[in-house]
Amino acid sequence: MVERTPILNLFTHLILFLGFVFCIAPFAIVVIAASHSLKEVNDVPMSLLPGSDFWVNLQTAWTTADLGPKLFNSFVMAAGVAAGKVIVSALTAFSIVYFRYRGRTLIFWLIFVTLMLPLEVRIVPTYAVVANVLSPYQAILDVTGLSWLIEKISGVEVSLNLGLLNSYTGLIMPLVATATGTFLYRQFFLTVPDELTEAARMDGAGALRFFVDILLPLSRTNMAALGTIMFLWAWNQYLWPLLITTDASHATAVTELKQLIPNVGGMPEWHIAMAGTLIVMLPPLIVVVAMQRWFVRGLIATEK
Amino acid sequence: MEKRVTFSRSTIGILFAVPQLLLIFTFFYWPAGQAVYWSLTLQQPWGGGNIWVGLDNFRSILSNADYWHSISASLVFAAISTGLAMVIALVLAALTDRQLAGSRLYRVVLIWPYGIAAPALAMAFRFILAPEAGFMAVVNRFWPGLWDPGLDGVAAMASIIVAFSWKYVGYNFIFFLAAFQAIPRSLIEAAAMDGAGVVRRFRDIQFPLITPTIFFLLVINITESFQDSFGIVDIMTAGGPANATNLMVYKIYSDGFKGFDYSGAAAQSIILMLLIIVLTIFQFRFIERRVHYR
Repeated sequence: MVERTPILNLFTHLILFLGFVFCIAPFAIVVIAASHSLKEVNDVPMSLLPGSDFWVNLQTAWTTADLGPKLFNSFVMAAGVAAGKVIVSALTAFSIVYFRYRGRTLIFWLIFVTLMLPLEVRIVPTYAVVANVLSPYQAILDVTGLSWLIEKISGVEVSLNLGLLNSYTGLIMPLVATATGTFLYRQFFLTVPDELTEAARMDGAGALRFFVDILLPLSRTNMAALGTIMFLWAWNQYLWPLLITTDASHATAVTELKQLIPNVGGMPEWHIAMAGTLIVMLPPLIVVVAMQRWFVRGLIATEK
Repeated sequence: MEKRVTFSRSTIGILFAVPQLLLIFTFFYWPAGQAVYWSLTLQQPWGGGNIWVGLDNFRSILSNADYWHSISASLVFAAISTGLAMVIALVLAALTDRQLAGSRLYRVVLIWPYGIAAPALAMAFRFILAPEAGFMAVVNRFWPGLWDPGLDGVAAMASIIVAFSWKYVGYNFIFFLAAFQAIPRSLIEAAAMDGAGVVRRFRDIQFPLITPTIFFLLVINITESFQDSFGIVDIMTAGGPANATNLMVYKIYSDGFKGFDYSGAAAQSIILMLLIIVLTIFQFRFIERRVHYR
């Protein structure tokens, strides 16, 4: 630093160390509690030395909450949302930055507004839409009288029905339907020099060619950052999967945690609960540690 | 803000936007419109469609003491947890930015909490703060009955605040540190040459320069405290005891999906939406001044 400040340095080290402990303690306690036996975990105060039942507890938690398939579901959902966002947002941003057509500003604002209302506040009607994803279109046909017309002409009654409850599509699609990534790409596309576009056009490249061969390769860092953030965000979703997976076969790891809350009667099985918690929190933690650079960059860029 | 060179085939251009538009129409605009419709109608118990009731749903929830209780609980939760998470993160980021030995370690570790799912950390804190085992049990041994989130509303509220703040300290830290690092080193050094001490430099240079970040985080923390709190409440307290932690999103969920009162839940959603829209507009008015495109 600029000058010598021994007392302040000592204070800095002290506070940062306290912050470090405050940050790391819950992780440590989860790991230690997961290694104890039923009796040890209920000791007051609990011993901070690790016990010997770590692997047994992990196995019990794994089988009790059936975590194998649940982790797989979480993974499919998180990867699906990340991939969906990375692709769909790139397409949209390309459209609103590189083209001039009527209604472009309208589209921009339609997408912008979705930033304001998170899924959590509109869960009830979104749930109804996912229960029959074609219901909006059915309603439009009914109101405009088109379904009456079709029925008169062809004799077929129009009733569109496609339920997405308990499906990966139902888990993923509503989470993709927000604007987060679009503006990340838009900001980046606006910094791409116009000369590049001119050169590409002069060489005879059309819009699609330019997008695939020039713009996408240039956006690789943005894609990595956006993908990391979206993967974590989707993995950590709770309310949405809880609602639409009424059948345990599509439940995610995070929603299954609830099964591990100890009963009130008898000795609470905190060691199993903590082992399960450890399994569920480990994958996102690994992503944060391994992808730290992209994670930080993505967070700062998407939220702006 | 506009591209000088564009492509002329505008039909193709619109096609690129179609997937996103279909998605947001189906999963955003339709449900949002549906929420408005439901909030103005009442569903008949045994089918037969909805009947128009105007603003009755709003009147009934606004005259319900439970709802006002839920709003005040949400506001208390938002205020205290936002304050805690931001002040702690600001101090940690400012000190990490001094770049003493070990600051790289702190920079890595202090952001971990944000990666953890709210329900998972809620489970960890439920154990840590459990009255019969874990760590608060030690306190209870000395002062029996002092701490019991299962019975005492204040203790339950304190528990969810601790869990939420822990996660968002990590989040705020990332942004504060980035803001501090964006301040040119030369500015700090020039001030030091002029004889400004560390505290003075913080007060007169660093703090004013990061106010946009502070403002931005304030809004984000408050909106997140409305949404991300759901998992924490569901795992730690389930809204109890005696509705002490029945925050707004949790109440929408329990009224809508456990009580099957879609109209009431929709009306509550609309109120929450308006609240969040007001906050967001407020935010963009300030944020837009800061973002420059070239």
